[in-house]
Amino acid sequence: TSGCGQQQEAVAVESELEPFSVFRTQESDPACQSEKHLGQFYTLPPAHFRPLFPHGLPYRYQQQVKTFNEACFMVRSPALEVISYLKKADYSKPALRYLFYGLKGSGKTMSLCHAVHFCYTQGWLVLHIPDAHLWVKNCKELLPSSFNSARLDQPLQATTWLRNFRTTNERFLSQIKTTHRYAWTKREFTDEGRPLGELVNQGISRVKSSSDVVGALMKELRLQSGQPGAGFRLAVAVDGVNALWGRSTIKKENKSAVDLEELTLIHNLRKLVKNDWVRRTLVLTTVTAWSPTQLTGFDSMDPFIPVSVPNYSEKEFESVYLYYLDRKWLQHPQSRTEDGKKELVFLSNRNPSMLDRICGFL
Amino acid sequence: MAASCVRTVGSLLGKCGNCSSNINTVTSQLSRRQICVSTALLKKNLAAAGPEKFTVEFIQKQVEEFDIGKRHLANMMGEDPENFTQEDIDRSIAYLFPSGLFEKKARPLMKLIFFPLHEAVQWGADGRPFHFLFYTGKQSYYSLMHELYGKILNIEKHQDRLRAKGLFSQDAKAIALDTSRWFTKEELEVLLVETISSHNYDRFIQLIERLLSMPYGNMEEEFVLQYRRPLEAQSKKQSVPVPERDDKGVAFSTSDGRRKTSNSSVVLRDGGSGRITVNGQEYLQYFPVLQDREQLMFPLQFVDLLGRFDLECTVSGGGRSSQAGALRLAISRALLSFLSEGEQETMRQAGLLTPDPRVRERKKPGQEGARRKFTWKKR
Repeated sequence: TSGCGQQQEAVAVESELEPFSVFRTQESDPACQSEKHLGQFYTLPPAHFRPLFPHGLPYRYQQQVKTFNEACFMVRSPALEVISYLKKADYSKPALRYLFYGLKGSGKTMSLCHAVHFCYTQGWLVLHIPDAHLWVKNCKELLPSSFNSARLDQPLQATTWLRNFRTTNERFLSQIKTTHRYAWTKREFTDEGRPLGELVNQGISRVKSSSDVVGALMKELRLQSGQPGAGFRLAVAVDGVNALWGRSTIKKENKSAVDLEELTLIHNLRKLVKNDWVRRTLVLTTVTAWSPTQLTGFDSMDPFIPVSVPNYSEKEFESVYLYYLDRKWLQHPQSRTEDGKKELVFLSNRNPSMLDRICGFL
Repeated sequence: MAASCVRTVGSLLGKCGNCSSNINTVTSQLSRRQICVSTALLKKNLAAAGPEKFTVEFIQKQVEEFDIGKRHLANMMGEDPENFTQEDIDRSIAYLFPSGLFEKKARPLMKLIFFPLHEAVQWGADGRPFHFLFYTGKQSYYSLMHELYGKILNIEKHQDRLRAKGLFSQDAKAIALDTSRWFTKEELEVLLVETISSHNYDRFIQLIERLLSMPYGNMEEEFVLQYRRPLEAQSKKQSVPVPERDDKGVAFSTSDGRRKTSNSSVVLRDGGSGRITVNGQEYLQYFPVLQDREQLMFPLQFVDLLGRFDLECTVSGGGRSSQAGALRLAISRALLSFLSEGEQETMRQAGLLTPDPRVRERKKPGQEGARRKFTWKKR
């Protein structure tokens, strides 16, 4: 009770000091956030923002960041729950997997990014795949793989991803060394013991072999982080993981649909997501708009811990509303009244993305 | 007809076997002549009889035949002949004679249609008219006026007699005229089976009002009431759905709404949190467009009861916009039972309770759409 009392005092002090930002909190380290920060916004330090999220955030949110000149995340219970699991998890056991699921636009990707931020602040290596759907749809270029002739490559997506990976994990690139020798073509190869940075640069500069580089990278990281002597922990975050087992809209030149197994990137991703590792690495994923039991590929994801991401609760809705008011995003005079707030509640049904869209033209 | 004649002739022949040979020859000649009769003769026969007279006996005979036919039909369909209504007849005919014609009036019909009265022939065989006022041109109108005036004179005579006896009293009971109105000119024309001018109609009304204004006018009450039509029920007030209580004690009301081709039904429960379910889905999922959700919101926002109710809606037919409109009407109607009179009136003024009568207009031949004409080419 004394702890609670102290907490309450702290909250009271906080609210006295900043009466105008009851929806904000100063605690910008996800590790230190707790239930009392639920529903409040914390600002991402700009130093973290650029390297962490070159990709991975929803498009509308990126625009919002540019408009408001700050990146604010809301502390919500699903993300907080996963972060608490991450803190307490036992890493000598096989890899743990968490799945964010929920309705469309309820905040799954944002929760994922929140958790990724936590991993980053803890100093882990983050393997963040922004949207697996992007790899499965609308692919302009397909090359037959150099490594395995039955498979197909996607050079463009692989190179963009490698570039972003490099931005995120700069400091690890020089630390980790390769354990195998990779031969890309007859003349190019990467020796054993070279830093990972070289591997990544190889992939970026040689577009043709970039997908294979991605595969090699994943294999390396998997092997190395599995060993007890490794100096880092690996966190894998895949957004839209149901794309890995769904259908693809890519067609080959003879108009026949491409089977997902034939895509190198997907194949490697699936191996990554499988459960056969030991030690750390958590796989955080999001699913679009389904309940987890309906997920195809459920068996390969099994076992995992599903975390539901609901629409905003009343308190969270209040927070967002005050945030928008504070940022002067809601210009319409009626939006500041009680009735206006009720209208917003009704029209968006407290769905975060809907609310964002509606407030966009208010 | 020919067959029956032959049969009768045959029976005659059989019976009168002992008749003389000349009769036989005559009958045999007759029969031979009858056998080679053709349908053309038959037709001529009918025409010679003159047009069918639509007398009262004729109508009655037709009605009896219809009833017999109705019973046959009921037997055919295996239903009870006693309780065979016109709807059952229509159904059976539609079943037995399925027609693909688009025009409903051209399909097979079994119904007694009584055509309105039309003028019977006004004069006899000698050319002399039956009615003494025939040469006025509007015999029924003038005979009615004559009758009315006769009644007025009668009443005056009665009044004089009573005054003479000293029993004249002013407080005779007046006829109740509140719930009825006089026949309109058109209705009068229908009654008299002839056209009358507006001047004639005014005169008629003046005369009958004069009859009523006299102290003893109520003597002719039944006669006068013949020419009055009872007024229809006062302004059809919308029946406000009564809020019932379900087993948990929550007050709820149900109502329907329609727009274009959509039909919707809404159950409005009190004490809720503003959750809305449409056809089992969340309304955010069912109506992804903001405009439709605004339509749903409008009635609740208008009366400031946004967060109070839970809605359970079902909707079918039509498109996205018409479904939203139908739901809006249903919600407004269901809300009526939770509101005061004044608020109901404001809702009516706002047009929330008016069903939208706009329906898709038919495309006409010779035009590209309902209104759009084909491109006009000068040559």
